[in-house]
Amino acid sequence: MSAVASVRTLDGLPVGATQSRTSQALVLGGLGLFALYSIAPVWWLIVSATKSQSDMLYTNGLWFGEFNLVRNLEQVFTYGDGIFVRWVLNSFLYAGGGAAVCTLISLAAGYSLSRFTFRGRGTGLALVIGSFLIPSAMLTMPLYLLFAKLGLVDTVWAVLLPAFISPFSVYLAKVYVDGAVPPELLEAARVDGAGELRIFFQIVTRLMKTGAATVFLLAFVGNWNGFYLPLTMLRGEDKWPLSLGLYAWNLQRTEAETDLTALVLTGSLLAIIPLAVFMIAMRRYWQSGVTLGSLK
Amino acid sequence: MSTVTQRKGAAFSAPFFIGFACLFVIPLLYAVYQSLFTMRSSGLGIGPRQEVFTGFGNFARGLSDSTFWAAVARVSAFAVVQIPVMLALSLAMALLLDSVTKRVAHRYRLAFLVPYMIPGIVAALMWMYIYSPRLGPLTDLTGIDFFASELVWVSMGNLLTWVGAGFNMLIVYGALQAVPREIFEAARMDGASELRIALSIKIPYVRSALVLTGMLSIIHTLQIFNEPLLFRNVVPEVVTKDFTPIMMIYYEAFDSNDYNYAAALSIILAVIVGVISMLFYRVTNRAQ
Repeated sequence: MSAVASVRTLDGLPVGATQSRTSQALVLGGLGLFALYSIAPVWWLIVSATKSQSDMLYTNGLWFGEFNLVRNLEQVFTYGDGIFVRWVLNSFLYAGGGAAVCTLISLAAGYSLSRFTFRGRGTGLALVIGSFLIPSAMLTMPLYLLFAKLGLVDTVWAVLLPAFISPFSVYLAKVYVDGAVPPELLEAARVDGAGELRIFFQIVTRLMKTGAATVFLLAFVGNWNGFYLPLTMLRGEDKWPLSLGLYAWNLQRTEAETDLTALVLTGSLLAIIPLAVFMIAMRRYWQSGVTLGSLK
Repeated sequence: MSTVTQRKGAAFSAPFFIGFACLFVIPLLYAVYQSLFTMRSSGLGIGPRQEVFTGFGNFARGLSDSTFWAAVARVSAFAVVQIPVMLALSLAMALLLDSVTKRVAHRYRLAFLVPYMIPGIVAALMWMYIYSPRLGPLTDLTGIDFFASELVWVSMGNLLTWVGAGFNMLIVYGALQAVPREIFEAARMDGASELRIALSIKIPYVRSALVLTGMLSIIHTLQIFNEPLLFRNVVPEVVTKDFTPIMMIYYEAFDSNDYNYAAALSIILAVIVGVISMLFYRVTNRAQ
């Protein structure tokens, strides 16, 4: 827009900036209001996590009281023999491990669907795209029944295995391979006598760094947010992810001998941090991934 | 490429399709199979419960279960109100971002995406506390009880809108960025106001993005579970066990231990969601 800003129209206003002062003020006002709506609740959470139980009740919710964050953190990490740390590690296992395997499987499948023309490829692609429409929550009960039969319920595999297979990730990977892996390069490698496995691991995966990062990130976020699947599958609290643990604390909040409100709020804030850091650091990837997804 | 190479190429997709068969196809088929049986107490109801074949009995029961259909109607009515409001906000955010410089837009875009970075259950928990008359700041400010039975849907709608608006904005804004800029310049030369350009040029251009976000939102809303579950913890008399279809399935399975019926309801719900998404897609595409 700045490139055309120097061009003047007949009435002296720059092209592309013909808005009046009032409409510009309205635009900025609107942006400000939406930003406030998006951020204020998180601000409240940050402020509350620094407060003691009584300050939470008796001081203004949107500003700090006596700074009690260290005490709250101490409580979060020690309550119930430090079970919170266990939940954090579990969340990283489910989100990270699940996403890593999912990325590898999806890259291979995306590469196969994009660069080869075997029989059944069309059907496979239709299956992938068609199953976008199957919502995960609707699959959870059927999965539970099957896993119960197989004795997988209440094991980490009950949460990990479903994370490995994601039709959306395969579709995303295929779109990236379409754009990032030139067929001529593959042909040249074949002529040079490279095996198919070697071509995939040494050429395709290297060209697909951006695509892989996007697939991994979106899968990681999806798994980190997971709640219904672990709630259905997991019984023992030592296997729970953070989402389930915080939910359980919230349930016991009023029944436990100590009020757990500060624990729930401080724990919630901690649950946001890894995800927020990860997403801000890699926002280039997921922003492109989301836009790509919308092009289907 | 030789047939051998093609075959090797096909093998790269084998892990996915084997996993897909095991984790999508087989569970669904197994759920259909399970729903053909019912647990019955033998004799006078004192003997051990046995699984007996009842054919499509569970499906017939589900299709005529008014509680289930009430839950479907409840989330559908909710979707009809909440989704247009949320998408209108997302569209407004995207249009506002599109009318300022790139630098300003990027800063606000990140702010709008803050809710997207919050894990779903944490967002719901956080809002439960914000709504709480005892702890939250909102009741002090407005004097409103957000858990009152007639307001529960509004409170839940606000929560879902807060969570989803930023993400939908991203898709709409992405589509908006793809519109050739010259069109706007030409319209401005012709004397069109910014508002006019937004209404007559920009919105028609992002139609398909709105259809997509609309469809994703419908699918999401029909399966809401986390948010009503948390509301249920606070006001169990308003948010009943069968408040939403997925909640009903969950409680049928784990509260009433009727897994066979839960399986049948899952299949029925999957079909309903499929049909509604198709209809939505057809209708919005025909109108184009």
